[in-house]
Amino acid sequence: MKTAVIVFPGSNCDRDAHDALKKLTGKPPAMVWHKDGVIPEGTDLVMVPGGFTYGDYLRCAAMAANSPVISQLRDHAARGGYVLGACNGFQILTEMGLLPGALIRNASLHFVCRPQKLKVDSANTAFTSAYAAGSEIILPIAHAQGNYYADTATLDRLEGEGRVAFRYAAGENPNGAARDIAGVLSENGRVLGLMPHPERAVGGHEGGADGVRLFESLMAAA
Amino acid sequence: MTDTAAILAHLTAQQDPASGVEHGIKADEWERLVNRLGRRPNLVELGIYSVMWSEHCSYKSSRRHLAKFPTKGPRVIQGPGENAGVIDIGDGQAAIFKMESHNHPSYIEPYQGAATGVGGILRDVFTMGARPIALVNALRFGDPSHPKTRQLVSGVVAGIGGYGNCVGVPTVAGETQFDEGYNGNILVNAMAVGLADQDKIFYARGALPGLPILYVGSKTGRDGIHGATMASAEFTEGEEDNRPTVQVGDPFTEKLLIEACLELMATDAIQSIQDMGAAGLTSSSVEMADKGGVGIEMDLDAVPQRETGMTAYEIMLSESQERMLMILKPGKEAVAKAIFDKWDLDAEVIGVTTTTGRLVLKQFGQVVCDIPVAPLGEDAPNYDRPWTEPVKRPAFDIAKHAEPKDYGAVLLKLMSSPDMASKRWVWEQYDRHVMGDTIDSSQSGGDAAIVRVHGTNKALAICSDCNPHYVSADPYEGGKQVVAEAYRNLSAVGALPIAITDNLNFGNPEKPATMGQIVKAIEGMAEACRALDFPVVSGNVSLYNETDGKAIPPTPVVGGVGLIDDLSKTATLKGAREGDALILIGEATGHLGASLYARVWLGLKGDALGPPPPVDLETEKKNGTFIRSLIHKGLVNAVHDVSDGGIACAAAEMALASGIGVRLVGNREPEDTRDEACLFGEASALYLVAASEKQLKAWNSRGFMPGRLGVFGGDAVVLETGWGQDAPEFAVPLSELRAAYEGWLPGYMNAVG
Repeated sequence: MKTAVIVFPGSNCDRDAHDALKKLTGKPPAMVWHKDGVIPEGTDLVMVPGGFTYGDYLRCAAMAANSPVISQLRDHAARGGYVLGACNGFQILTEMGLLPGALIRNASLHFVCRPQKLKVDSANTAFTSAYAAGSEIILPIAHAQGNYYADTATLDRLEGEGRVAFRYAAGENPNGAARDIAGVLSENGRVLGLMPHPERAVGGHEGGADGVRLFESLMAAA
Repeated sequence: MTDTAAILAHLTAQQDPASGVEHGIKADEWERLVNRLGRRPNLVELGIYSVMWSEHCSYKSSRRHLAKFPTKGPRVIQGPGENAGVIDIGDGQAAIFKMESHNHPSYIEPYQGAATGVGGILRDVFTMGARPIALVNALRFGDPSHPKTRQLVSGVVAGIGGYGNCVGVPTVAGETQFDEGYNGNILVNAMAVGLADQDKIFYARGALPGLPILYVGSKTGRDGIHGATMASAEFTEGEEDNRPTVQVGDPFTEKLLIEACLELMATDAIQSIQDMGAAGLTSSSVEMADKGGVGIEMDLDAVPQRETGMTAYEIMLSESQERMLMILKPGKEAVAKAIFDKWDLDAEVIGVTTTTGRLVLKQFGQVVCDIPVAPLGEDAPNYDRPWTEPVKRPAFDIAKHAEPKDYGAVLLKLMSSPDMASKRWVWEQYDRHVMGDTIDSSQSGGDAAIVRVHGTNKALAICSDCNPHYVSADPYEGGKQVVAEAYRNLSAVGALPIAITDNLNFGNPEKPATMGQIVKAIEGMAEACRALDFPVVSGNVSLYNETDGKAIPPTPVVGGVGLIDDLSKTATLKGAREGDALILIGEATGHLGASLYARVWLGLKGDALGPPPPVDLETEKKNGTFIRSLIHKGLVNAVHDVSDGGIACAAAEMALASGIGVRLVGNREPEDTRDEACLFGEASALYLVAASEKQLKAWNSRGFMPGRLGVFGGDAVVLETGWGQDAPEFAVPLSELRAAYEGWLPGYMNAVG
């Protein structure tokens, strides 16, 4: 699987994404600088990493979603390429309109970093096929604005079309997200945005290893 | 339109002693200044002297005592005197670290004060070429019942998180304590640890004449003017009016600055570099000039400015954040500017180094400052302040206090007391995992965080420690204990303690009793550093932590760094298994003076608390070495050092962390008729260990006499007391203990009113 990671000013999970992709795919991803970088031809997966692009000033992800590299990302998605946005990356994907809904301030008004219990809601996707449907996993979260919001019709449609990939485990919603939604898919199932950090859960440290199967799913699909 | 003539007349007007006093320059210092200069200073020059000679920049009250610290060792590459300390961690790599206070600003404006404290300490570390890999903070707040405490906790924690989370450096460890002694002066000490290659370390020293001076980062504004002077004076009521002197942080710009500086450092462009911290452009330029033995000439009109009409005085004293000053090698301007342009950061050549040894500043084409550099630093006042020997407290006699009827109630009360209770509410607001190398953090409640050296199987262990109650009770023994506790915390995870950074927080040094605390605490710490081969490589002094004449408890905080050679050979407090024995390493002397038990259960204060436990440094070293060898041989499942709350609280923490109960008896002596001391007594050089019978058989514990205190199992902490079959025992279910331990801080922070 050929991968790339976009680097914005203020991205801070770009190195983590790089290391996770290198470890799991065996090849380092192309690191694409937002200003003049080019997503290499033949890239299967573009990862939009977490961080605080442009300091989250104005509104988180609002400025990154208008950066020069975004048109290439749109083209990649339009071609049916895989896109994975974690945390701030998820926020960027919703700001771009590649995914529906928005991420608003955590209900607690506090930043929250903790090992988060999740339910794999739909295992029938390119990002989750290596998990058992309904299984419980733990991925680290770290965000202040992860409260997923969309109107009722959109939420109904996402659920109806099996596009809720991950939910926070019952009673463990860390941010007030609608219907405990932690990650959603695009209509074609090839763009995933989620608040938890799968790249921080690839083994060998406090984040655990439950993110590995997400990348394994992708490798099987790509 | 700016009236340049009027500004210049204002700036160059000759000043008098009264103006000196307004700038914190006392009469004798004024005399010294005029003598050195051969004339009276103008306003810009006076401003520069006032910050350079402030306590904060000059260490004038502490300098001669700080010299008592051992600062050298086989692993020390750079001791105190640069932006941060540097130690050799093998394989051509170095760990670079320092701790610094941001106490005064955090009390006035908690969010920005704490945030900029984090930003400042990060700059100290990446200025030297290190990529920051970990943040730690040591916080002290007033009594929970004080009306300001909740707001201060909330603001400080949000500020630390707001900054550290955004720059993407994990906050992995810390301590948060409460005491009425901090009601008027909270302490916010932040530590940063970075990694660098030994051949890519950058210093403030080494400047040569004839080189360009590059200003990089945020524009200069009017914020923070005279912050260093504020940090060198006592508070009085209404101090909130000082808010304009608190700087505002921009972690996004800091993140760009880190990446841009590290990118430039990978080239061969920088001769010397200094971040603009306290006293901003003044101290950064003067320190580089002083250390390099060169002069500096700067055109302040070239300084990127946020506002119009700023004067040379304001530009030189501004403490606007996220700025760096570097002296470039010849012809490297274009390389540097291209990199900063990529990161959308301002970078302007604002001057040149000279052979004159003078600091010459121009604004609007006119010289507004022309003073010799050397007296600013080297000739700064260096006082031998009068001090008095701290008074020894009478011994603590437990017999004067009733024995508790229910030891389980004692355990619950201690474990849910503000100092002991879980700080989850705090550390869940910090990103502990970014950078992907956090092996163990506050999350596990361990003694020290473990952060992997990126791309290797090695790690650094990092902790911060200070028991101010011990230091109050006996500055010398308490000072020893501060260092010894850091040594224990690092040893308890299997790390070899390498070096410390210190952050000495005290009251007004012009008061002999306070100065006595400073002197004796430093001497005690220095003795422990020597005995434990644990040198001081960097540090910070924060004095004048007083409000309306009332000083904080003496709080010399230590940040310790240790090295783990092999990540498979570590331990934490959370690995105990069903059936493991609970083993005590060290001699529990049952000392209750200055203990958590005396403070929280008995409600004692001040001298009634008695003296702290004495510290035997030889034993400390011996036991630490033994613990590390057990960990390295894989002969333990969990380790925890015994500190506040004694054996019972340490065992309870191990039980909570592993989710398995424990049944224990205190370290009783045949003559003991009561159990407070053996359960809750504190000492030094003590560790609790969980080990299986099989592991125990493989121990070679000759000379250590490990004591078997109990066994892990069940779902309660059971304290056995007394002698014989019918002796009472007290069981506290883990669920109840956890609710009390986890419940206090969120309950306090979320309470209404």
